Amino acid sequence: MTFTSAEVTLPAVGAAHAAWLLLAFPSAGAVILLLGGKRTNAWGHLLGVTMSLASFVYGVVLFAQMLGERGAGRSRDDHVFTWVPGIGRFHVPIGLQIDQLSICFVLLITGVGSLILIYAVGYMAKDPDRRRFFGYMNLFIAAMLLLVTGDNYVALYIGWEGVGLASYLLIGFWYFNPAPPVAAKKAFVANRVGDAGLTLAIFLMFAQFGSVSFGGVFSQVHSARPGTVTALGLLLLLGACGKSAQLPLQSWLLDAMEGPTPVSALIHAATMVTAGVYLIVRSAPIFNLSSDARLVVTIVGAATLLFGALIGCAKDDIKKALAGSTMSQIGYMMLAAGLGPVGYALAIAHLLSHGFFKAGLFMGAGAVKHEMNDEVDMRRFGGLATVMKITFVTFSFGYLAIIGVPPFSGFFTKDPIIDAAFAKGGTSGALLGTAAMIGAGITAFYMTRVMFMTFTGRRRWEDGSHPHEAPPVMTSPMVILAIGSLCAGGFLMLSNRLINFMAPVVGTPPLSHGFFAPISDITLAVVVAGAAIGWAMYGRREVPVTAPRGSFATVAARKDLYGDAFNESVLMRPGQWLTRLSVFFDNRGVDGLVNSVAAALGGSSGRLRRFQTGFVRSYALFMLAGAALVVGALLLVRL
Amino acid sequence: MISPAHYVALAVVLFVIGGVGVLIRRNALVVFMSVELMLNAVNLSFIAFARMHGHLDGQVIAFFVMVVAAAEVVVGLAILTSIFRARKSASVDDANLLKN
Repeated sequence: MTFTSAEVTLPAVGAAHAAWLLLAFPSAGAVILLLGGKRTNAWGHLLGVTMSLASFVYGVVLFAQMLGERGAGRSRDDHVFTWVPGIGRFHVPIGLQIDQLSICFVLLITGVGSLILIYAVGYMAKDPDRRRFFGYMNLFIAAMLLLVTGDNYVALYIGWEGVGLASYLLIGFWYFNPAPPVAAKKAFVANRVGDAGLTLAIFLMFAQFGSVSFGGVFSQVHSARPGTVTALGLLLLLGACGKSAQLPLQSWLLDAMEGPTPVSALIHAATMVTAGVYLIVRSAPIFNLSSDARLVVTIVGAATLLFGALIGCAKDDIKKALAGSTMSQIGYMMLAAGLGPVGYALAIAHLLSHGFFKAGLFMGAGAVKHEMNDEVDMRRFGGLATVMKITFVTFSFGYLAIIGVPPFSGFFTKDPIIDAAFAKGGTSGALLGTAAMIGAGITAFYMTRVMFMTFTGRRRWEDGSHPHEAPPVMTSPMVILAIGSLCAGGFLMLSNRLINFMAPVVGTPPLSHGFFAPISDITLAVVVAGAAIGWAMYGRREVPVTAPRGSFATVAARKDLYGDAFNESVLMRPGQWLTRLSVFFDNRGVDGLVNSVAAALGGSSGRLRRFQTGFVRSYALFMLAGAALVVGALLLVRL
Repeated sequence: MISPAHYVALAVVLFVIGGVGVLIRRNALVVFMSVELMLNAVNLSFIAFARMHGHLDGQVIAFFVMVVAAAEVVVGLAILTSIFRARKSASVDDANLLKN
């Protein structure tokens, strides 16, 4: 199948012709582990890791083949089967599209996924349900791969829902505790709202273009009315907001930290939550045509990056502080994606480097939690640098990467976003750029806070804590990710490597201002200032074990900036009133009508019943009277 | 000479006696007998008219009525005896379980 669109896609050849193998490995792992039951307990985790690694190796083969091609040959579409053979105009062939964009995700998902699964072998070693965990993780990897490689919106949607399911199952993994099931339900419901947007977008595409494939939609989107394109963009953005925890659907991500830490690292930091960014970048031809939709995307991104960063400043739970930072970093990606062709590649670059350093940070947090008897309150940590040296060093690499210190990853991928936001020009450009720059400062502050509270200062441990270094099966993935945190950004961004690679998919490369341009210098100064404030407040001063009451802003940030209160008062309460109203209407209106008819019939029957005296003789009299009446009537008619 | 009108008159008289008996008597056996009286009044008019027209139809129907009446008596008396056993009473007014 060949499409004529901005992006030329050729039929698959070579390894790409069996691209379904990518999905087959983790799917097989999930099926075997989840249906195999206790029999697979002994070797389940090994199978899970092997399947994920096999998928990664296959991804590398595909990538190598792609690099061997030139031009259009790099984008291959492998038709797998025809799902809906054509009912009316509805025709859905399911195919896997291996191009420059999806291969980045394939390598990230399977690569980081494999590392996290290896880490989980150690992390979940004492959990009796380890096999189930690996089954779900394989399910997640398979669904995520379908999401990013599907060549049409329906396949993407199946993957989208699949990762939602895996996320739900894994957040609620420890379902016997009270909090995780609630958090899982919350994530599921919040995602449903976003999914409704994606569903409506797919409906609209089919109604307008009669196609749901990327090629079919993108080749016709030029001829659609501007209002339709904007609506399409906003609906896709709603879907992206749900999955990527962007305002106003952000509230589920912090609660999602109830899941095991490897889940937080893989699903709620490195991969799944970036699916929204993928959706927007993949739908670039739609967003390119609607500056209004793009503006909304940038506003959502900028607002979320500040929102998440502020939450990160006040959380004492190390995982929740990192979750706030995830929200914030995805805000940067959204902001970049909303800038249009200038930013798509930057968004993906930041996504990839974020995948490395955030997964590394979460693994570090998990290792600390693991050694501190599941304690996550940073006020009970302190002084861990000396006992957990490898964790400390790898976590520091992640820390330097996320705050954007050269030459670590974040510097190369975050600064161009801030730069591009300013380069947008006009009031919006200045506002967006300033927001992104302030966000970088806040990021430096709260990450410094996490570092000092966890690894330095007095040991504020609970009695009975004897932390020592995590086992090698956990530390080795952390080391690999730390190397990634150091090198990935520079590798991707220097000499515009990723930008040129992605250009055929997402359009013209941006104008590069080069690194260490004036804006970059200012950003670096803001970052250093943020880190210095963080050191002054948490490094130099003693950290109290019980949290001080804090200012109004601190209290607000501890409560997720009232995100839950907002949802409750604006969505939940009116929703409850609506249900109460409809219950009232149902009882009084609908049931009332039916019941009153029944009551009227019953009442009149009760009155008629009085005629049943039970006396045979009176019945006989009635019969006689009736017979006389009939005879009389007959005579009357006859005469 | 006895004309059909006499038969009809006799049939009416018998039917009315039977009907009044059904309506006013309480004893189920008497009610039964009254019913028989009504049936036979009708039989009488059937036969009278059959003779008048020279057809056999009326006489055949009269036989049918007698057969049905016999069957009815068999069933009715059986019910009556079982009610009497249960309630020590043959009054039709006492058997009013179906009231209301």
